[in-house]
Amino acid sequence: MEQAIDIILLGFLVVVAIAVVKQRDLFASVILFGIYSLLSAAIFVSLDAVDVAFTEAAVGAGISSILILSTLALTSRNEKPSSHSVFLPLMVVLVTGATLVFGTLDMPAFADPEAPVHKHVAPRYIQDSYQEVGMPNIVTSVLASYRGYDTMGEVVVIFTAGVAVLLLLSSVRHKEDELSNLTDLKHHPILLNVAQILIPIILLFALYVQFHGDYGPGGGFQAGVIFAAGFILYAMIIGIDEIRKTFTPKYLHWLSVTGVVLYIGVGIVTLLLGGEFLNYNVLAEEKLTGQHWGIFLVELGVGITVTATMLSLFLSFSEVRRTP
Amino acid sequence: MISNHLPVLQVVLPLLAAPLCVLLKRSSLLWAFTLLVSILSAVIAWSLLQQTDAGIISYAIGGWAAPWGIEYRVDKLNAYVLLIVTGIGSLVMLGGRKSIEQEIDSKNLSLFYTAYLLCFAGLLGITITGDAFNVFVFLEISSLSSYALISLGRDRRALTAAYQYLVMGTIGATFILIGIGMMYMITGTLNMHDLAQRLPEAGSSRTMLTAFAFMFVGVSLKLALFPLHLWLPNAYAYAPSIVSAFLAGTATKVAVYVLLRFIFTIFGIEYAFTELPLSAILMLLAIAAILLATMSAIYESNMKRLFAYSSVAQLGYMVLGISFLSVTGLTSSLLHLFNHALMKAALFMALACVMYQQGGVMMDNLKGLGRRMPWTFAAIVIGGLSLVGVPLTVGFISKWYLLLAAIEAGQFVLVAVVLAGSLLALIYVWKLVEQGYFHSGNESITRQEAPLSMLIPTWLLVLANIYFGIDTSLTISVAQTTAEQLLGVTQ
Repeated sequence: MEQAIDIILLGFLVVVAIAVVKQRDLFASVILFGIYSLLSAAIFVSLDAVDVAFTEAAVGAGISSILILSTLALTSRNEKPSSHSVFLPLMVVLVTGATLVFGTLDMPAFADPEAPVHKHVAPRYIQDSYQEVGMPNIVTSVLASYRGYDTMGEVVVIFTAGVAVLLLLSSVRHKEDELSNLTDLKHHPILLNVAQILIPIILLFALYVQFHGDYGPGGGFQAGVIFAAGFILYAMIIGIDEIRKTFTPKYLHWLSVTGVVLYIGVGIVTLLLGGEFLNYNVLAEEKLTGQHWGIFLVELGVGITVTATMLSLFLSFSEVRRTP
Repeated sequence: MISNHLPVLQVVLPLLAAPLCVLLKRSSLLWAFTLLVSILSAVIAWSLLQQTDAGIISYAIGGWAAPWGIEYRVDKLNAYVLLIVTGIGSLVMLGGRKSIEQEIDSKNLSLFYTAYLLCFAGLLGITITGDAFNVFVFLEISSLSSYALISLGRDRRALTAAYQYLVMGTIGATFILIGIGMMYMITGTLNMHDLAQRLPEAGSSRTMLTAFAFMFVGVSLKLALFPLHLWLPNAYAYAPSIVSAFLAGTATKVAVYVLLRFIFTIFGIEYAFTELPLSAILMLLAIAAILLATMSAIYESNMKRLFAYSSVAQLGYMVLGISFLSVTGLTSSLLHLFNHALMKAALFMALACVMYQQGGVMMDNLKGLGRRMPWTFAAIVIGGLSLVGVPLTVGFISKWYLLLAAIEAGQFVLVAVVLAGSLLALIYVWKLVEQGYFHSGNESITRQEAPLSMLIPTWLLVLANIYFGIDTSLTISVAQTTAEQLLGVTQ
C-alpha cells in the first residue's frame, strides 16, 4: 500500500515537473511549483520525515510562492520565447540526470538496517540524545544542539538573502509618497470574514510551532514562516497600510538583526561561561536545563529573523512599482 | 583562555559584526568598523598559523565531539588560506572607503558593508571547517552576499553579470551538496577527517564515483576552471571596484582550497589519481585555461575584464601545479595561491584608483595615464610584470616552481605551455604600457593622482609583490610543508 502511494506521488511529481517546464504562463508555473512542493512534502511524510515535510510545506508551497508571485507583479506574467538553442541545456540536463541514476545503482537499499547511515553517527542521536540533550524530538536535538552551528549558518543565510534582496530592489524603489496603491480585497465579504477568523488562529499556531518544536515537529524556521504568512494574509486582504505602519522598514531591520545576534549571542555567552561556542551545558547548573535554555533561545532567534526577513521581503516587493 | 577559542572566533567575529553594520549609518563609522573587524580577523589568522606549528588544531563546536558535532580543524593548509583571505580583505578595506563612497549609493552603505562582511565571514567559514556539510552552509552565505555585492556595480550590466553568476553559482553549490549527500550515503558521516577514513573502507562504487563527479564539477564552477569560467569575466568587470579587488584576491583562492581539501584529504590521492585519471583531466583543462583565457585577455579593451580573463589563466597555472601530483608541483600551486592573490588585489586596487579619477577603466581611459596618475600607473605596470613572471616579483617565484615541476616530471610540452602563457601575458601588459606611456592623448595633461588613502594600500600590495618575490622564506616554507602534508610525504 505504502509503495503504491509512493509511486503515485512520485508519478505526480514527474508530471508536475514537466508541466512547469512546458508552461509559458509564469503565474501558472508558480502555482504548479507550489503543488510540486506540496507533493514533495507528502513524500517526506510517507518517509516519516515530518519535520522536513513541515518545512517544505510552509516554505516551498507557502511563502516562496507568495514571494515569486510578488516578483511576477514587477515583471511580466508571460515568459518571453527564448532565442537560445535548447540543444546544449538539454544535453547538460540529460548527462546530469544519467549520472544521478548511475549513482543510485550501488546505493544502499531503501530502509536497509545495515546501510552506513544507520550504523555510524545516527545511533548515538537516537539512543543518547534524550539523556544528553533532553528533547523528545531527536530532529530538534540534532538541528539545534549537535549541529546547532549549521543552523546558525542557515539563519545567517536567510538574513543574507534579505540583505541581498533589499540591495537589489534599492535601485528601483520609489519614495514613500509614490507607493503604489495595492488594491486590497476588503470588499469581498467572504474573503474578509474568513481572513478575520483565520489570521488569529494562524498566529497562534505559529507560536505553538515555535515553542512546541522540542516535542513535536516544528521549530523556529517553520514558525517564522507561518507567522509571516499570517501578516502577509492580513496585508493582502485587510490592508497593507496597517502592516506597513506597524512594521516599518527600520523596525524590521532591527528585528532581523536581533534574531541573528540572539543566536550568535548565545554562543558568545557559552564562551564567556567557559564552554565551547554553543555548548549549552554551561548555561545552567544542570546540563539538561542548560540545553533546554540554549535551544529555546536559539530557536527564538531563528523565529524572529525568519519572520522579520520574510515580511521585509514581501513589503519591499510591494513597494516597487512595475517598471513601464 | 581566548587563544583556545580562536578557531571559532575567526568566523564568529565577522559574522556577528555583519548584522551590526545594519544599525550603523555614518559612512566613516561603517568603514572604520569593517576595517577593524578585518584587521582583527587577520591577527587571529596569523596566530592560528603560528599555532599550527605545534600540530593540527581541533575545536569541537557545541562541545560535541566529531563526528557527532561540527569540528573546526585547522592545519597548515587552511591556516595559510585564512591568512590570505584576511590579509587581502584588510588591505582592500584599508583603501576602500573613498571608492565605496563614490560608487555605492549612500542609502545602501550600511547594507553594502553588511554584505561585504557576510561574504568575508562566509569565505573564512568555508576554509576553516572540518565538516563537509558546514562547507555548504558557509558557501551559501558567501555566494548570496557576493551576488548582491556584484549587482551593485554602476554599470547596468552588473545586474546581468550577477544574475549569470547566481545561476552558475547555484548550480555549482547544488552539485557540491549532491556530492556531499552521496558521500554521507556511503559512509554515514559528514566530518571530513572521518570521511577520509571511511570512504576507502567503503570501497569504490558507482555512488562514490558519482559523488566525486558532482563534487568536482561543482567546485570547478566556483573556481571558474575552464570551460566553466564564463561567469567570471563579467562578474569581475562590472562589480564595484572594491568588490572586484576583494573577490579577485580571495573567492577563487578559497575554491582552489576546497578542491584540494576534497581531492587530497577526503577522497584521497589513491582514489582520485590512481583509480580515476584526474591528473590528465586537470592537465588538459589547465592548458586550455592558460592559453585560451590569456588570448581572450589580449583582445579585451575593458581592463577589469582583461584582468578577469587573466585570473582564469592564472587559476589554470594553479590547477596545472596540482596535476603533477608532486611536492614541487603542489608547492607551486600553493605559492601561486598566495602570489596571485597579491597580484590581483594590487591590480584591481589600482584599477579602483583609475575608476575613482577617470570614471572608467577602458583602454581609452589609460591614454597618458603614465603622466596623469604616475603612481597608480606604475602600480599597474609592476602588477602586470608580476603576472608575466618577471624576476624580483612574486610571479617569477611561482612560475619558477611550476617550471621545475614540469621539468621534474619530464613534461617539456608543459614547459613550453607555461613559457608561452607568460609571453602572451607580456603582450597584454605591453598594450597597457603603450597606452599609458606613449599615447598622451590630445588634451593637455594635468596631474590627477588618486587620493593617498587609496594609493597607500595599493602600493602596500605592490611592495608585497616585490618583497615576497625577493624574500621567499615565509611563503616557500609554508607552501612546501603544506604540499608535503597533502601528499603524505612526511608524518
